[in-house]
Amino acid sequence: MTAPLLSIRGLKVRFTAYGQVNEVLHGVDLDVPARGNVALVGESGSGKSVTMKAIMGLLRTPPAEITGGQILFRGQDLLTMRERERLKLRGTAMSMVFQDPMSSLNPVFTIRDQLATILKYADRRLGRDRSRAQRLARVHEVLAQVRMREPEQVAAAFPIMLSGGMRQRVLIAMALLSEPELLIADEPGTALDVTTQAQILKLLKDLVAERGLALLMITHNLGVVRETADRVYVMNKGTIVESATTGAIFAHPREEYTRDLMAAVPRLTGGHRYGTQGGRA
Amino acid sequence: MEFLSFLLRRVGWSLLVLVGLSMVIFFIARIVPGDPARMALGPTATAEQVEALNDKLGLNKPITVQYAYFVGGLAQGDLGRSLLTERAVNDDIRDTFPATFELVFATIFMAFVFGVPMGVVAANWKDRWPDTAVRLFAIFAAVTPSFFLAILLQVLAGYVLGVLPTTGRLSPDVVYTAGPTGLLIFDSIAQGRWDVLGDAVRHLILPATALAAATTGQIARITRASMIDTSRQDYIEAARAFGVPGWLRLFKYNLRPSFVPPLTILGLEFASLIGGAFVVELVFAWPGMAAYGIRTILQKDLNAVMGVVMVSGVFFVTVNLVIDILVGIVDPRVRIRGKRT
Repeated sequence: MTAPLLSIRGLKVRFTAYGQVNEVLHGVDLDVPARGNVALVGESGSGKSVTMKAIMGLLRTPPAEITGGQILFRGQDLLTMRERERLKLRGTAMSMVFQDPMSSLNPVFTIRDQLATILKYADRRLGRDRSRAQRLARVHEVLAQVRMREPEQVAAAFPIMLSGGMRQRVLIAMALLSEPELLIADEPGTALDVTTQAQILKLLKDLVAERGLALLMITHNLGVVRETADRVYVMNKGTIVESATTGAIFAHPREEYTRDLMAAVPRLTGGHRYGTQGGRA
Repeated sequence: MEFLSFLLRRVGWSLLVLVGLSMVIFFIARIVPGDPARMALGPTATAEQVEALNDKLGLNKPITVQYAYFVGGLAQGDLGRSLLTERAVNDDIRDTFPATFELVFATIFMAFVFGVPMGVVAANWKDRWPDTAVRLFAIFAAVTPSFFLAILLQVLAGYVLGVLPTTGRLSPDVVYTAGPTGLLIFDSIAQGRWDVLGDAVRHLILPATALAAATTGQIARITRASMIDTSRQDYIEAARAFGVPGWLRLFKYNLRPSFVPPLTILGLEFASLIGGAFVVELVFAWPGMAAYGIRTILQKDLNAVMGVVMVSGVFFVTVNLVIDILVGIVDPRVRIRGKRT
């Protein structure tokens, strides 16, 4: 077995606020293989978002502090590498899809302007040379990749002119601009209605298959996981409590917490199953 | 296209506001006690003379008829004659308004050129010393009356340091006859009179500073608050995650969406700016509308009062119209929503 694309070992993060120190990740281990489709599941406050921000290097320090562990990307430790090198990876080789389509796009600039600006600085960091026209062509290309029927029109639009689903796809296009190897998606589509969310998840799954990228999906919804992921990590209170292939985890959840999460998945048919598993406080 | 209809609608509203203003001021000016003809002719005039002048001015006619006359004149761009100066009000205003216009514009310019960067600095270094400095300045600027600041500046820069002129628009030794617009800065550039330009700018600095201080503080405060608000938005974080450089995030991604509140505040502040201009003009012997306006009000020189108020009103409405257009340019959400409603 080859080394995974992303490998987190013993990651510890703590926050300091008003003189109180609070450890929120107590040694997280997680692997995302190349072309893998991995989900990180947990309830609000379990530490999923902190894990994601630590991977992307978006934690504000202070108040956050990474006190231990490694985050290996292509075998290199992101935590010890020079800031310059790390900036070359962020938003390019490793990229993320933002959660909220309503607030993650700047309202006063066109989609084209925002995507082209990101591409311009990504190119600059990587020492790539691209003319303005080539950048715009690339913007239209990624918009087509996220199934926009009229990429030029979408590019010329302001965010307010697009629906929530379209904006979410623009956010995915944003992540695809520089051909990432690893895509991290934070609760994709949770701000959207169920049908649109399903389309977004399908799109992400298709993109992973088409473009050969690895996906780390962060979600609180195991129903989403079942549809898309190959492997699942279940997180609770800052530690990974269970990890297995998706099939195995749904067939034989070992942890009580995992069973609770499953019970919490809303269903369209049949009676609800809240409380049947003996909940935990 | 939708921008044009937005514009036309705004112009329509502005005209309506001006009509309302003309009515209110017209009737108030006539309700205020005092006999304009008696004041103009002085205590030695006979009752017949006063009556004759009242007849001549039409002041014996019903007030609605008087208003009709006034609007008729206004429609032809004629504001009537001033009793005080015995000249056409149009001429009086043409002589005085450009100075006020120049002062107010220099003030707005200063308020933005200093206020916005201060707000940016304060927001970027929130709760650190640059922020504290800006906030202190804003508070002091807001609570210092402009006439006090005017006198302070006059004493400091004019007499103690002796670096800047303290009265008038031009030095007496500068030979210059006013150009077509009456705006010294504009005319002198158009005519290539750089000496006049320099002198006019030097004369503008102190009065404009006195007038701009409070507005600068306001704009700095509003810009700061607005930018701090924007900085918490996901799109700023997204730009950071995708490696957009910090200065670009600050000046483009953050400042632009934050720019609408300071613009709007300026529109609201504009009325008090005109009022403040009158006071500052008196301190600096600035030959603007202030001295004229105040004298005409005290003398109940009705035509002149109406003229000054209407010109101020048009000025106010126009500036707010321009601000509305700028807001539409800065924030596409305003334009696009405007289309739907």
